[in-house]
Amino acid sequence: MPLLIIFSLIIALFVIVIIYKTIEKPSRRDGRLNHNLVIDETIELEYQKQIRREIIAKVVRYVIAYSLLTVAAFLVVFPFYWMFATSVKSAEEVMKMPPTIFPHEIHIENFKVAMQSANFGRFLINTLIVGVFSTLGTLVTTVTSAFAFARLNFRGRDLLFSMFIATMMIPGEMMVITNFITIMEWGMYNTYAAMIIPFWVSTYYIYLLRNTFKQIPNELYYAAKVDGTSDFKYLLKVMLPIASPTIITITILKLMGAWNSYVWPNLITDEDMRLITNGLRGSFSSEDGATVHLQMAATTVVTVPLLLVFIFFRKYIMRGVSRSGIKG
Amino acid sequence: MEVKRNQLSAWLYLLPTIILMAIFTVYPLIRSFFMAFAENYNYMTDTWSSIGINNFRIILGEGSEFLQYLKTTCLIVIISVPISVVLSLLIAVGLNSIKKLTKLYQTIFFMPYVTNSIAIGMVFSVMFAGDKSIVNYVLELLGIGGQNWLGGVSTYGNHASYVSQMTVLLIYIVWHSLPFKILVLLSGLQGIDKQYYQAAQIDSASKFTVLTKITVPLLSPQIAFLTTTSFIGAFKEYSSVIGLFGAKEGATGGHYDMRTIVGYIYASLTDLNVGEACAGAVVLFVIIMVFTLLKNFISRKQIHY
Repeated sequence: MPLLIIFSLIIALFVIVIIYKTIEKPSRRDGRLNHNLVIDETIELEYQKQIRREIIAKVVRYVIAYSLLTVAAFLVVFPFYWMFATSVKSAEEVMKMPPTIFPHEIHIENFKVAMQSANFGRFLINTLIVGVFSTLGTLVTTVTSAFAFARLNFRGRDLLFSMFIATMMIPGEMMVITNFITIMEWGMYNTYAAMIIPFWVSTYYIYLLRNTFKQIPNELYYAAKVDGTSDFKYLLKVMLPIASPTIITITILKLMGAWNSYVWPNLITDEDMRLITNGLRGSFSSEDGATVHLQMAATTVVTVPLLLVFIFFRKYIMRGVSRSGIKG
Repeated sequence: MEVKRNQLSAWLYLLPTIILMAIFTVYPLIRSFFMAFAENYNYMTDTWSSIGINNFRIILGEGSEFLQYLKTTCLIVIISVPISVVLSLLIAVGLNSIKKLTKLYQTIFFMPYVTNSIAIGMVFSVMFAGDKSIVNYVLELLGIGGQNWLGGVSTYGNHASYVSQMTVLLIYIVWHSLPFKILVLLSGLQGIDKQYYQAAQIDSASKFTVLTKITVPLLSPQIAFLTTTSFIGAFKEYSSVIGLFGAKEGATGGHYDMRTIVGYIYASLTDLNVGEACAGAVVLFVIIMVFTLLKNFISRKQIHY
């Protein structure tokens, strides 16, 4: 408990320092402004009072804003912290009452045990294979169709494009049912192909890349045409390099999609063919909580790569997300 | 001749996409609709006895399981959407009013978005489950008293009530849905003309008046967009349930207390009860279409963004 109190004191101190630093500048400027205006002592007194009142109001506002944000940020971060903390505890420490906020001993070997007990190596390889090949396929279909929609003139283009967009509104479950049957009928149950091929087209990414392509000026295209450059060469040499930020966004989001996919692999695969999220949910589901530390170690292994990708590619992820409606 | 060749090459560029979409999007959509209305459908032999609404009569009939799951889903929607919109609005306004550390806070608030919903669901279940969980410990410290949140043997009774399971699920769903809303609202806030606030300052309007009379009305396009899209998202809630409760989809095995519409669709599919799975999917489809049309209607009315 004392640790918790120290912890909150540190946060409080931190908030005060920030507020002090933020407040300082405007108040000093107000003071100077005031100096030039002094005519009468009473006026000055009244003025100073008002400024003081304004500063207090400002401080109160900052205190409210920063405390609200700090509490919210704490609640957002806490589950991550609790996952890390639990993942290095020993089996006995996990069951301890009261719970230990900071682990007494660090048990790094939990990660090794968790990896081995749940066949995680195999799941990881599966996920990488599925992620890489579904991303490559998606990039091919996305680039070619976005190019056709953005640059080429053909009959029915706008109608076809709005039909593509319309499919985004349909809940995926409608498709999943028949696709499940299709995969069964084709004898593709429990194969990589079943997890890769149905996900080679994503209308949202086509939409995203088509918008990027549209921003590239037409003049470049006509100039290339005059030079006798073929459409395909123009796409590869001019458009792709210009659109590379969007390509990176699509690649990251697609890989993250494979890493997080659960439902579809759960339906059409078994045991060794499952992906990492299935392995995570399927293992360590003991009722008594004796394996909580191992479960959290495995969860950490799944979560850390995502957080790292987020830290390094924040800009690209935000760009893709802010234009989408619903997640997924 | 040139035009004709262009036509051909355009379709060639689109060919792979169109073939894949035909197989995995258009055909499934039609067949799923069909299967929802086919009676005694056998997908192995592709035979059926008659066409009718029997599947819908089964799932929507008096006292059916599906209605129970629909109720759970609607509860999730009705409670989680307003809470998450209000919370994200407060956080976005807070973020917009500070000057230092904005980037840090933004990064923190966006973190839940990039995480695996199954993985963090498991973390939440560890935080809540059992007598020795951190949440129960803190609640005891605060004098509120703990709760058997997620089932299992416990000093708080060996049964987790529907309400306590729902509470954990809602907390998790709101936690997970905040980042996207904060992102959208913050970019909306940054687009508001500063003149409105200067005018309010001259009139010495209170901060609360500014929030309710200026900020919220000017953010209404974003709020409307977020509300309708999160209605759609919440109706499709599924992986958060799996993350928290696992395949039991509830605190006690066999009861499926927290099963949603999507959970029902997948359960029927796994039981090879294809007709009912499709009927459930059509119901979901209709609900989502209503909200999509509503969203398009609203965004057409407010073009000023």
